[in-house]
Amino acid sequence: MRLLSVLTLSITALLGQTAADAETNSPATNLLLGLPPVPIPADNPQTPAKISLGDKLFHDARFSIDGTVSCATCHSEKHAFTDGKQFSTGHHGLTGTRNAPTVINAAYYKSQFWDGREPDLEAQSKQPFVNPVEGGLASHEPILQIVRSDPDYKKAFADVFGVTDAKLTMDHVAKAIASFERSLVSGDSPFDRYYFLGDKRALNAAQVRGFELFIGQGRCVSCHTIENDHALFTDSKFHNIGIGINAVQDDVPRLAGAFLEAKAKGGEVDRIVLTDKKSSELGRFAVTDKITEIGGFKTPTLRNIDLTAPYMHDGSLKTLKEVVSHYNNGGVTPAGAKVNAYLSGGIRPLNLTEAQLDDLVEFLQALTSPQQAQAAAQ
Amino acid sequence: MSNFNRSRRHFLQTSGALALGSTLPISLVELAFADAQQNFTFAYISDAHIQQIKGSRFVRNWDRGLIRAVAETNLLNPKPDFVMFGGDLAQLGSMPELDHGAEIMSALKYKTRYVMGEHDYYLDLGAYWEKLFGPQYYSFDHKGVHFVVLNSIRTYDDWTHKRWPTAEQRMLEMAGLDNPNGSPFMVGDEQRQWLKKDLAKIPRTTPIVVFSHSPLQKIYKGWNFWTEDAEPVQALLKPFNKVSVIYGHVHQIQYNQIGNISFHSVMATAWPWPYPQAYAQAEQYLPKLTVPMNRADPFFERDATGWQFINVASGHVDLNYLLPENTDRRVGFDKAAKKPVDAAYQSEDARIPPQSHF
Repeated sequence: MRLLSVLTLSITALLGQTAADAETNSPATNLLLGLPPVPIPADNPQTPAKISLGDKLFHDARFSIDGTVSCATCHSEKHAFTDGKQFSTGHHGLTGTRNAPTVINAAYYKSQFWDGREPDLEAQSKQPFVNPVEGGLASHEPILQIVRSDPDYKKAFADVFGVTDAKLTMDHVAKAIASFERSLVSGDSPFDRYYFLGDKRALNAAQVRGFELFIGQGRCVSCHTIENDHALFTDSKFHNIGIGINAVQDDVPRLAGAFLEAKAKGGEVDRIVLTDKKSSELGRFAVTDKITEIGGFKTPTLRNIDLTAPYMHDGSLKTLKEVVSHYNNGGVTPAGAKVNAYLSGGIRPLNLTEAQLDDLVEFLQALTSPQQAQAAAQ
Repeated sequence: MSNFNRSRRHFLQTSGALALGSTLPISLVELAFADAQQNFTFAYISDAHIQQIKGSRFVRNWDRGLIRAVAETNLLNPKPDFVMFGGDLAQLGSMPELDHGAEIMSALKYKTRYVMGEHDYYLDLGAYWEKLFGPQYYSFDHKGVHFVVLNSIRTYDDWTHKRWPTAEQRMLEMAGLDNPNGSPFMVGDEQRQWLKKDLAKIPRTTPIVVFSHSPLQKIYKGWNFWTEDAEPVQALLKPFNKVSVIYGHVHQIQYNQIGNISFHSVMATAWPWPYPQAYAQAEQYLPKLTVPMNRADPFFERDATGWQFINVASGHVDLNYLLPENTDRRVGFDKAAKKPVDAAYQSEDARIPPQSHF
């Protein structure tokens, strides 16, 4: 637990420093409090026009086979850029196998999708259009036809990228969407004000106890990381925490073999995992083929978690209390169910009491950014 | 920091050339290249240290390590020809521990053979273990390779039979590290004579693979990384062209070449040696550590543990270490250098600096 000791050692100095900064910088207006600088790829710099174009693309439902599904269908402002459903609904009411993660702060992940199968937002944004249970398009061609002919898009792409007609490719569309998504970052939660500004009143007593559990007995911080000067609440790594995989564990040898065979024959990972629930549970293995990564999924950020129920990659847990109970049980729901053989070494029974679990939930509720809470309330 | 980056880049460059083939255990491609007559794979699981707390309560961490290795081994494709277990299935050699371990091992879908470890042995001198798994030393042939299994963790008769008031105390004394009451491991006269006879009928050109629990070489006596009669055992193996010794006990990756003999260790599924003093926040059952070392990530209980699958290609062994929460390792026989070489950690000037995360 080197991380923790480093944290403890530096808290005093850190709080002193940020409190001093706070007086001059007016913390109330810092919506990014608690966040590091947004990583921006060198080949896709942020501009207001590009972000605005990405916003428009993000909300355009024409980019689907039946004209009903846009990015915003499953990543809606009303639900903190999720859809509030267990599984997202694609074209013609089809459903996939995974819970829509929030786009807020997705810019910070080191890979995208629950299984990290794409390295960045640019690559990620291209997939849902052509996934058979999401946008349902056979190829990206219909999207290019629209953006090359629609007058507003024509002008915007010419302004932003200096391209028209055949020179306007899916890469430009993806860059604009990614650029918009990189603008969706949000900090300044009560926790940030408590921890980074030293505002002791920002958290109530239960939340402070919950924070102690979060970095102590609950072991949450080992994956949902908090650093000295920022907190992303994710290590961007993949862990088998006993979600989804538990239900198919006896079937894993057959599923893993069949999956690799399908992949070797040219099957695309995103199609297989979003259309076959059982294969979906193989998680990170589907991307890397490594049997040490069976059932592993990316650690999601916990920022705004109170607004993004249901939880986990398969949306199988409805409340935060169910989530913390799952961890307390050592990676099984309900308590006493069979632990899966591939469980991550970090997951084990925590021996937390009901009151402690409630405190943890209280703490998780202190990770909501005020502007997201407002947007969700409207 | 810039120093680190430079070394890192150097490492990437050099490892790219040496990392021949994939370390992926599941490889549909490999099938096409495999010559079924000469090349084959077996899996190796070792040092599970299944430990009873009380009644039906066993140490969860050790259970999970073995359960995971067994489940992953069952996923290997191409399928291994057989599985070896390298010893120390139990922690204190009791029937409940051996039974519990055997039950977890029973999920393996392959023919499985066992090596005796000191934690299996010093309670009843292997009596119950023999009932479950068969003789303490033996040999077998597979696809042109002669395999020998030795019980290398015996010691002087006086220590074994005359020193201790109870079998339980004998077991505990041998389980201790840096214990002045301990005694060095040895193969012993009886097995060396048997080995001499066993090898007498084997042509010098036949590849030999020897499985033992302790290293059949002398590394560190205080922890019994040691076999007292290593030299006479090595002498019996000297006439053969290709000899590999694979041992458990050390819970870490080691490799060495002495004359014609390649030595490889295997990982434990239980815990890594060495390990940090503050291994966990929760109640723990690790043996007392005398020399604290910083190595494994204490959060991930599986970190620095693992198991391995072993390619036997043209009579030499290549060990592929599967290390959950860690980067897989591969140590293979380098024909030019005539010794085992790690695919990633190479000669001194190509080494990467020690782990410095956090």
